[in-house]
Amino acid sequence: MTESLITAFLAATVRIATPLLFAALGETVTERGGVINLGIEGAMLAGALGAALGATAGGPWAGVLAAIGGGLLVSGIFAAITVGAGAEQIITGTAMTLASIGLTGAIYRSAYGPSGVGLTLPTLAPLAVPGLAGIPVIGPAFFQQSALTYIGFALVPLLWWGLFRTRFGLALRASGESADHARAAGVRVKRIRVIGVLIGGALSGLAGASLVLAQVGTFAEKMTAGRGFIAIAIVVLGAWHPGRVLGAALFFGAAMALQFLFQSFMPDMPYQVFLLLPYLLTLLVLAGVVGKVRAPADLGR
Amino acid sequence: MPSALSLRNISRQFGTVTALRAVTFELAVGEVHALLGENGAGKSTLMKVAFGLVRPDSGSIAVDGIPVQLRSPVEARRAGIGMVHQHFTSISALTVWENVALTAGWSVRRPGVVAERVHALAQHAGLALDPRSIVRDLTAGLKQRLEVLKAIAADARILLLDEPSSVLSPAEAEQFLGQITAFKALGISTVLITHKLSEALGVADTVTVLRHGSVVHHGPIRETNARTLARHLLGEVSIDRPQLPPPVPGNIVVRASQLSVDRLGVGGTGLRRATFSARAGEVIGIAAIEGNGQRELLRAIAGLVRVAGGSLEVTAPVALVPEDRTSEALIGDFTLAENLVLSQGRSAPWIHGPWIDWPDVHARTRELIERFEVRASGSAMLARELSGGNQQRLVIAAALERRPAVLVAENPTRGLDFKASADVHERLRATAAAGVAVIVYLADLDELLAVADRVVVLTAGIAHEMTPGASRTAIGRLMLAGPEE
Amino acid sequence: MVTRTLLSTGAAIVIGLGVLAIGLTLSGYDAGAALAAMGTGAFGSTDAMLSAVLPRAIPLILIGLGIGLAFRGGALNIGAEGQFYAGAITATWVGLQLGARVGALGEPWARIVVLPLVLLAAVGAGIVWAGIPVLLKLRFGVLEVISTLLLNFVAEALVSLMVQGPLQESKHIYPQSDLLPAAARLPQWPGTRLHLGLALALLLALGLWVFGRRTLAGFALRATGVGPTAAAVAGRIDTRRVFALALLGSGALAGLAGGAEISGTTYALFQNLSPGYGFTGIAVALLAKLNPLAIIGTGLMFAALEAGASAMQRDAGVPAIAVYVVEATIIIVVLLADARRRHLAMRAAGGEG
Repeated sequence: MTESLITAFLAATVRIATPLLFAALGETVTERGGVINLGIEGAMLAGALGAALGATAGGPWAGVLAAIGGGLLVSGIFAAITVGAGAEQIITGTAMTLASIGLTGAIYRSAYGPSGVGLTLPTLAPLAVPGLAGIPVIGPAFFQQSALTYIGFALVPLLWWGLFRTRFGLALRASGESADHARAAGVRVKRIRVIGVLIGGALSGLAGASLVLAQVGTFAEKMTAGRGFIAIAIVVLGAWHPGRVLGAALFFGAAMALQFLFQSFMPDMPYQVFLLLPYLLTLLVLAGVVGKVRAPADLGR
Repeated sequence: MPSALSLRNISRQFGTVTALRAVTFELAVGEVHALLGENGAGKSTLMKVAFGLVRPDSGSIAVDGIPVQLRSPVEARRAGIGMVHQHFTSISALTVWENVALTAGWSVRRPGVVAERVHALAQHAGLALDPRSIVRDLTAGLKQRLEVLKAIAADARILLLDEPSSVLSPAEAEQFLGQITAFKALGISTVLITHKLSEALGVADTVTVLRHGSVVHHGPIRETNARTLARHLLGEVSIDRPQLPPPVPGNIVVRASQLSVDRLGVGGTGLRRATFSARAGEVIGIAAIEGNGQRELLRAIAGLVRVAGGSLEVTAPVALVPEDRTSEALIGDFTLAENLVLSQGRSAPWIHGPWIDWPDVHARTRELIERFEVRASGSAMLARELSGGNQQRLVIAAALERRPAVLVAENPTRGLDFKASADVHERLRATAAAGVAVIVYLADLDELLAVADRVVVLTAGIAHEMTPGASRTAIGRLMLAGPEE
Repeated sequence: MVTRTLLSTGAAIVIGLGVLAIGLTLSGYDAGAALAAMGTGAFGSTDAMLSAVLPRAIPLILIGLGIGLAFRGGALNIGAEGQFYAGAITATWVGLQLGARVGALGEPWARIVVLPLVLLAAVGAGIVWAGIPVLLKLRFGVLEVISTLLLNFVAEALVSLMVQGPLQESKHIYPQSDLLPAAARLPQWPGTRLHLGLALALLLALGLWVFGRRTLAGFALRATGVGPTAAAVAGRIDTRRVFALALLGSGALAGLAGGAEISGTTYALFQNLSPGYGFTGIAVALLAKLNPLAIIGTGLMFAALEAGASAMQRDAGVPAIAVYVVEATIIIVVLLADARRRHLAMRAAGGEG
């Protein structure tokens, strides 16, 4: 009984953490280049709608591709406005999120009708990793997830390698620390930053895809509900390092999964309390962590 | 001798200002060529042209006799030109090897190999550096070494050094200049941009002097001397300090005893148990190498930072002329009138209860800019539209408007040309003559000696009060006694 | 000058509507019909103006003033939505509690006692809600952008909790509160939904305009926002204090907006009380260049847009939140114009040589 409960809790943790991980990894790359993109909430939403439309038309993997496209579209516009034209990043990001809420709402209603309830989509089935899935407790939690979760985990070392072992990563980090000095060293800062934002957008799109295709199974207006913003906090908590970002994402996944655990123990507790929890936790954790980590020096400029 | 770099008839205009007027500059292979000129003479602009940072309006460039177009630093680097800027351009959060690899375009797949390569190169060039250090932790001298190392790693055969000694202590500067002559052995041709005669005479083979954007002198260094160069450099302006009557010592208005102040920012030592005093009517010069506690001392006197230990008595009011004109002293997007309101606080005559009497502010601003000869179109002009010299006049005017007993000035001539600097010196002397205690830090020791009645040397946060007649050598030696190498 | 400002404002609105039209067409809607429905909903009749546009302008002007205040002082308050809800929840609670007890005083007296308390409670709640990010920033260095944003979600969840818990209507069927008693309601213009909150908003706009133009405190606020370092060094302004006061004042105005919405328009608390007023307020403030008097104009304009959006949903089947596209576009157009102005100024300042 307890064992199955823990397994269910861990499995939920990983499932919920997956979209957060994608978005936070993407934002890590973006911010390492010196750009803060509050529009990833919008990019994630666009990815979610893309996943729904794509999956309806051509199955779950078409949904994944369409989600990447949606994320790229939103972040591409953001990059053109901020990196290209030099507009203020934070308010532009907020505006991109607003625009995404409006447009996805309109497109969704146009595609699925005014009611839209009960939309069920072809989803990504859990994929058991042979051998590992059989490990008690941990097996079903970590190794019986959708393919997207494994892609997310695989991205962690890949991005670490990209950031710290490639010239692109070096140029990206240099651009994030000091655009002027990076330029003096011959780095084409704007181009590098645009690429950083686009990588962030593509991963935010994947975040939306995993939310729709591997977690919820449907689309709803404003369904990302601030997960993009939480991802930004996860980046801070993860000190802009892919490995620690993974840890931070799992921590938040666990916090959100707690509601399943508590709801079975405390059925009288209003469910909104569990809705509040992740946001309050984010604030608390930020208060404890900020000041102990160092952000890229040119972030937001 | 064959020409390594040849700039012919280069002209460049910025708005209404002509920075370069048909300048021709020839760098021979293997030589050290000093490019002399006062601030604003055009030497930095000329070198920016040579490094692809500024496009000339007309003129031609050739490297090794082959005509080239330099549209960006990338193209300049490809042509074998490396530049060491006045301000460090390394990225402080990254390691030495990462900075070198970034500039030189090396692969970073195997950090150990890159670090080893950087180490070997540093040894070869005589610029010892630990490749794994984080740049933030390096001293100014080591950062300067890294700047040169980056250029050499990028296969530079032509090295443009823009006032390399301006950020170094005298000892570091001397050591660095010694290294320049050693670069000849590596087949590197060097341009040394400087406004110091001694540096040019000490290490250069050839000298070119720029004034107001034109070449006024060119020739081998051995055929000239300090007096001749000074005349070329300054034109007819006298460099002698105006003779002022010796100060009449007034009351002690600043008394610091065992004063300690925590360090500001990341570098430096802070102030440790400093003891000294200042009297009304004298100019006290603070002599110190960057990061030895001068910023902390001056800001403590100005009441901007907390005293951590000891005691500090200052007669109010105190006025501060902060080092960074454009971000600390003025708000560029505010009008001159608004900047005056900012500087005068709530005791100003135009404040009535919570209200500001703007017509009064504008009238007084107009009167002030006239009295202090600030060249401005009116009180509603934006501060950022003023020239550097006029901004500083406005800042000093606003400081004196507070009728201070003590005036604190942080490097007030930074970035100003000769005339504007002389104007600041004169204003500081006149202020002291009017009975104010003036405490001034100037990065340039010669300038400081020219303006101060007596000097307080700060070394690693400890103050040494010098007698009024102390020699330059004695002061210089004391400045170096600190932990900096 | 004024003409140019009006022209650029007009251009931003036209571009915003244009982007919406393109977006709707691409999504498969009849953009013409949608825009026509918007126009009719906003300007089609006196009733539309008095009962749909003006009441919506009240929260938008108040929130816009608050965001203008915060931005002026360099505080990026993106949490007006949450502060609005904090004010709304508190106003509902105080209104219901006091209304039940003081009702015995009789008509004029009960209202004179209760109404100011309801609105003051809303102001206080807004201040408290904005106080959390202030504390987090000053004590721990947490960016106010992130904390104000996250607190929006907390506030929304709190509303949901309240209307299904302590503040649920007496029959416990619908997720909303009981209606406020008459003593807690702002007086309405007879025959319309326009209430006294408009006068309050206009007075506050005028007051803030005078504050910014003529007082030393207003000057310190502006200096802190434009040049924080110079404000601290040359002006010896305690910029942390200014930041805190600007954000708290911003929260007060957003809280008041929430209180006025409950007490003047809906008389009850329910979920989705705000159609995103907190975000629209950013567009209101930015388009007005943070000028309090101009915020009256842009507030009215966005109110018309919101009123039109409701009509668009009703009459053309386009979801009202599509209007966010217009708002986002306007914000971006203003930011782009700003970036371009800075770029030109920098170029005019010439080379660094």
